[in-house]
Order: sequence, then structure tokens, then C-alpha cells
Amino acid sequence: MAGKRGLLSKKDWWETKYFYLFISPWILGLILFTGGPILMSGYYSFTRYDIAHNPVFIGFQNYTNLFHNDLFWKSSGVTLYYTLVGVPLGLAASLVLAMLLNVKIPGQRVFSTILYLPSVVSGVALSLLWVWLLDPDFGVINMLYYNITGQVGPQWLSDEHWVIPSLIMMSLWTLGNNVIIYLAGLKSVPQNLYEAAQIDGASRFKQMWHITIPMVSPVTLFLLITGIIGSFQVFVQADVMTKGGPNYASYFYVYYLYQQAFRSFNLGYASAMAWVLFVVVGILTWLMMKVSKRWVHYEGGGE
Amino acid sequence: MSVSAQVKQLAPAAGRSSSISTGERVTKISSFILLIVICTMMLLPLYIMLSTALKTQQEVFVFPPKWVPNSLMWSNFVDAMKARPFGQYFYNTTLYAIVGTIGEVFSSAFVAYGFSRYRGKGRNAMFLILLATMMIPYPVTMIPQFVLFKNLGWIDTYLPLNVPSFLGSAYIIFLLRQFFNTVPTDLFEAARLDGCSELRTFWNIALPLCSPALASAAIFGFMWRWNDYLGPLIYLNTDSKYTISIALSSFTSMYNIVPWHLMMAAALVAVLPPILIFFLAQKYFVQGIVVSGLK
Repeated sequence: MAGKRGLLSKKDWWETKYFYLFISPWILGLILFTGGPILMSGYYSFTRYDIAHNPVFIGFQNYTNLFHNDLFWKSSGVTLYYTLVGVPLGLAASLVLAMLLNVKIPGQRVFSTILYLPSVVSGVALSLLWVWLLDPDFGVINMLYYNITGQVGPQWLSDEHWVIPSLIMMSLWTLGNNVIIYLAGLKSVPQNLYEAAQIDGASRFKQMWHITIPMVSPVTLFLLITGIIGSFQVFVQADVMTKGGPNYASYFYVYYLYQQAFRSFNLGYASAMAWVLFVVVGILTWLMMKVSKRWVHYEGGGE
Repeated sequence: MSVSAQVKQLAPAAGRSSSISTGERVTKISSFILLIVICTMMLLPLYIMLSTALKTQQEVFVFPPKWVPNSLMWSNFVDAMKARPFGQYFYNTTLYAIVGTIGEVFSSAFVAYGFSRYRGKGRNAMFLILLATMMIPYPVTMIPQFVLFKNLGWIDTYLPLNVPSFLGSAYIIFLLRQFFNTVPTDLFEAARLDGCSELRTFWNIALPLCSPALASAAIFGFMWRWNDYLGPLIYLNTDSKYTISIALSSFTSMYNIVPWHLMMAAALVAVLPPILIFFLAQKYFVQGIVVSGLK
């Protein structure tokens, strides 16, 4: 390092100086609001801390408590269930919708606007709307259910077994972002690949399986990673729609973390939860990037 | 960028064949029908939102629900807005969304320009850190941030929500960097040879060139803050400082029987600004999403 310094030409110095000048706000923010807090929550996770008093060092106790706590495992399980079913389902539905939007038929602009529109409705308003739609007695979903099956519909959010499927159904209503990103991916697939396949007599399904899906796999990887990370952070639905219930069936991980930090003021315990989340997200992201080399197709790559 | 160019090139090739095969016609017709069905399903919840907002209290609790209200109760909107000081919440949310977004967009543009324009030593490492921070969930950093802001005496103000925005956000920096990368560097070199300082080059040349990208970033930032819930929930305690999201979520707890007609009216008013922005600036909106998702 020290030796290399002398080798930096005047031009390099100039570039380096301005580079750091321009990115300095971000570096400051990185230290104050990201890096610093991550280290601090690591420290808090080894303490008993209620914000009114100074943190007291207690070693690994928060972590042992955490791993022996049923609610921790329950909330992790709930979050995992929602993620493992919701994210792949959402990706598949988004890709299908994008493929439909990629067929050259009249009205495509109108269709894509309508498909995106629900995604503009988000946050608390979205959650309230779905509480109403899913109302077991007066909601429109159970009315349709009754009209179609002739039977009384489930209790949805008030039923332990239906609450997560209900929330997944709701998440499928706001796929707009994913659809738009997939659609852009589909449009960048070289058309001559399909023409060549048609000449070879490949069926439409085969074309989809062997051309479309591999060609959009980088998009899939991106959406998979961001989708999983987002899904690990579900909070609004739990706080506004279900309060984590019934019987903790929608007690999402971040909802539990929030309750511990800002309702019970167990900041040490909550920090241990934050660190577990941080490590899990880190490992998962790394793992997905690593495994992706086997299934993600990059243009100009080895294949 | 290259995507749309490619699409334009391919468009005539795709529309070339005047004699469409039967298989292709079947695909087109079935896609069309499927899209109509799906779009109807997508619009249904929005329609229910509107129709509920226009019903009387009695009509709300009727099974099976009525598709069209007997009489349109536009006064529900007035009643809902009067039930709580929604005007104040609207003002708070708008101010938060505008101040935070302006800070975020300009600081992020500044940083993004640095990443795109200068080949400083350690740039790749810094860029990797930037990408990595995009993946860090907010709950991971929120507790120490809260302690920090509490020590600064900033609880129950908008400072904890707005100040970090002025140091840029990884996501917007990434988005704007992609745009700056498409600007030919000759332009900046020329400005420098003309004696233009680096800061002025950024402000007078780079920023105006990237105004469509800034618009996309601003729309993102605005929408995100408009819907933000966890941040305001943690930091704001006084009722008169609430955002719309916080006010809406506590709306239900005021009643024994939830007045769904008023709830939906209030929710509809709350989502109106995002919907308006979406229709007015759809182009920038879609552009922003696409650039963030593709390399």
C-alpha cells in the first residue's frame, strides 16, 4: 500500500481526491446510520438494556434466551412460511403476467397500467382495504366464495391456518414492480433465438422452458434476493391487520422484534434478534449468489 | 437504455409477418381473454374500496354486499376527514415526503456522480459496500439509530426521519449512477478544459442532463415516504405530528364497530396522491423501476 502511493500519478491523485469528495456524504451516512448502528446493535445484543439505564453486559444470555424461546422459533417459522410460499409464487405469477403483456395484442398499455395500479396502493391503506375484503361476514371475497362454491368461506384473518395464505393472496395483488422488471427482461431477449427455435419446430412450451426462462434468469435472481429480504421484514400487515394473531399465527419476525424493542423495551434482546436477522440475510444472499452461478445465464458468459 | 433501443429495433421484425399462423392467433386471443379476466380481478378491490366509501353505515353491513350503493354518500368523505384532523396529517405527510425526498435525491445525485465520474482508488470496493448496504434490512439498524436520536433529543420530531436522507440512500445512488454512466464523458472533459470547476460541472451539466432520472428517483422517494409506517411509528408520539399512515392505523381503535364506509373513504383520500402521481408521471415511474432491476 505505502509503496503504491508513490506510483499514483498526478491524474490518479486528482481522480481519487474528487471521488472521495463526492461520495463523502454517503460515507458519513454509512458510518453514522448503517455501519455504526450495526456494530452498536452487536454490542447491545450482549447487554441488558432498557434505554432508561445504561446497558449492562450479560454475555451471551440474550442469545441463549432467544434460542430457548418458543416465540422466537414461532415468529421465525411464520416468516419463513410466508417467504417460502409467497416469494416463489409471486415470481411465477409475475413472470406469467409479464409474458402475457409481451404478446402483441391491442390494449397492452391499458393492461399494464391496470396491473400496476394496485401496487401504488400500499402500506396501511392497502392493509385496511384487505381487512375489509377478507371480512368473513361482510367481505366481498367470502361473497364470491359463496357464489362460486355454494359454501360458507373460511374465517381468513381470524383463522390460524388461513391467516398466512390470506396475506400471501394479498401480496399477489401488488406484483406490479416485479411484472414491470420481468417485462423489460423479456423485451431484451433476442428475437432471433425464438425464430431459430421455430425453424427447429420447438413447441411454445419448449421455447418458454429453454429460451425465455434461462434468458430472464438474472432478473429472477435479482427479484428473488430482494423479494426474500423484503419478505423477512413484513411488519405493516402484522401490526395493522392481525396484531400477530390469531394464536401468534402471523407473529412475523420483525413484528416480534419491534414489540421487544419499543413496547417491552428489551433493547438488548431485540438487538440480538436484529443481529440474527442480519447474519441470516447475509448468509442467504451470499448463498443465493453462489448457487446462482449454476442456474443464472449471463450473456457473453461461458455458456 | 439499451433495452428500449433493442426493442425498437426488433419491433418492425416482429410485426413483419402479415400472415399469422393459427397457433399465433390462438395465443393472442387467449392472452387477451386472460388479461381481461386478471385485470378485472385487479380492479375489483379498488372498486370495492370506492363503493364502500360511498355507502351508508347500514348498507355496509349487508350480506351479500351490494355492488352498487343505493345512494352515493359523498358526504362520507367529509365525515371521514372530520373524524380526525386529517388535514393536519395530510400536511405533515406531504412535508415529510417533500423535504426527505429533496434531500435524498440531491445528495444521492452528488454521490452517484462521484461513483460514475471519477476512477478513484478503491472505487470498486466502495461500490461493493454500497451494493451490500442495499441488502441490509432497516430493523437491523433501527435500534441504535433510535438510541442515537434519543440522545440528540430528536424523538417526536421529523429530524430522525429526514436528516439521514440528506446523506444519500444506497438505492437511489445506485439508480442515478446507472444513468450517469450513460452520459458521454467527453462532455465533462470539455467543461473542465473550459475552466469549469468540478462542482459546477456537476451542477450545471450533469444534473440537468439527468433530470429524467432525478424525476424517477424523486417519485420513488415520495411514494416510499408517503407510505412509510415503521419509521414514523417509532419516532412520532404527538397526535398532531402523525402521518396519514399512523392516523389511519389508529382510526379503527376509536370505534367498537368499525365504520368501514368512513375507513374506506379515508383510505381512498390517503392513496389519492400516489395514484395521481402514478398517472401523471407513469413514464418516469416505469423507467425508474426498470433501471433499478436491470444491470
